[in-house]
Amino acid sequence: MRRVVITGAGTINPLGHNVPDTLEAMREGRCGIGPLEMRDVERLSIRVGGQVKGYDPEAEFNRQQIALYDRFTQFALISAREALAQAGLTFEGQLAARSGVVLGTSGGGLNTQDENYRAVYEEGKNRVHPFVVPKLMNNAATSHVSMTYNIKGPSFTVATACASSNHAMGQAFQLIRYGMADVMITGGSEAMLCFGGVKAWEGLRVMSRDACRPFSANRSGMVQGEGAAVFVFEEYEHARARGADILAEVIGFAMTSDAADIVMPSKQGAARAIAGAMADARVDPEEVGYINAHGTGTAANDKTECAAVADVFGHHADRLMISSTKSMHGHLIGGTGAVELLACIMALRDGIIAPTIGYEEPDPECALDVVPNEAREAKVEVCLSNAFAFGGLNAVLALRKV
Amino acid sequence: MTETVRDRVLAIIAEQAVLEVGDVTPELTLEDLGIDSLGLVESIFAIEEAFDIQVPFNANDPASSEFDISSVGAIIAAVEKLVKDQKG
Repeated sequence: MRRVVITGAGTINPLGHNVPDTLEAMREGRCGIGPLEMRDVERLSIRVGGQVKGYDPEAEFNRQQIALYDRFTQFALISAREALAQAGLTFEGQLAARSGVVLGTSGGGLNTQDENYRAVYEEGKNRVHPFVVPKLMNNAATSHVSMTYNIKGPSFTVATACASSNHAMGQAFQLIRYGMADVMITGGSEAMLCFGGVKAWEGLRVMSRDACRPFSANRSGMVQGEGAAVFVFEEYEHARARGADILAEVIGFAMTSDAADIVMPSKQGAARAIAGAMADARVDPEEVGYINAHGTGTAANDKTECAAVADVFGHHADRLMISSTKSMHGHLIGGTGAVELLACIMALRDGIIAPTIGYEEPDPECALDVVPNEAREAKVEVCLSNAFAFGGLNAVLALRKV
Repeated sequence: MTETVRDRVLAIIAEQAVLEVGDVTPELTLEDLGIDSLGLVESIFAIEEAFDIQVPFNANDPASSEFDISSVGAIIAAVEKLVKDQKG
């Protein structure tokens, strides 16, 4: 089996418009969640979110591009640009054919749908812009990354709600590991913070009105965020031969399905995915020093996730660190696992563990070291990143320090 | 005779539980009726729509919400109060 390493990272999310700013915010435990700014916000009962602030699409893209790029595509392209600049790769000839793009998203071009439904239903218009379909489709971001960089190998979009990014990165990992590609651009993107997007989530009654406090006894639910992160996954020898700077190695991946409930998580499903990723990576539980939790800040997730970790790790559960960076950037749904992988890379490469901020009261059902409120220095050799989606679809990645 | 709040709440809960209205009595709990968390959220939505009220309820911690869901009778009383407060 071939080894897979990460040679580039890029992002735009509520904590920063690039990787260095995002990691600095995670180190400082800064919160990117605040009052939502959007049309008709006064008709929402949930008015907080992790929005990408200070972002001007017209400073990044020209008018023709904006006509084709939904916000989620813009976020993916900005992230891909940073990742590819770091990796220093250009795609021509054989390398173009042996490289692909796999991105996760859940809502795809939801802003485009929202705006155009308004136009035809609310404003009574009988005509919409000709590019509505290519702008809203879930694979638009993947396709535009492929077109922008001349990447011609296996490319597709993965939609598994909150696990989309982890499933996408798992596919990219396996495509390289099993010889079907040499370089994969992968991660995820989401831009659901529009009136219809938030209104739909309100209905489930799991959204917090103030803050995301994972694992804290006084938690009040999840907070939605938006943004993207994109990585360059590369076959190890290929990266070494060209002297690339290796950020981390991807060593394992597992996915499971709860086959139980459309919204309630299952301890067994989560535990099987965590154990599966370690088995795939051929690491012992004792080697895992850090887990980036799914940690949504809902009672259902946090209690189930902690119970699953306790089951899989036994006594070692009390020695490892587990934090949820959603407390800072919110839940980026289909993009969340990608942004959270940045915290894993920081743990391995810089020896800094991102905190779970907003932690106020211990919860006996979440009695693990959740790295409360302040980042911590620690040497970590192996870490995991959890994602457990609505629909019971779970995906866990394992990474090793290089 | 006009339909009371009690009748309409019983009808909503009965529909969710897939039971005859006559089989839904005030002392029963949602668990007795086989109504899970999704069924509860759907029932609250139906109640809000039926009476045009806002029900304060957070699915993360149903027990600590202001809205008492400990039994069918408690739900009826809570809805009667909300209707009085919000529509009175």
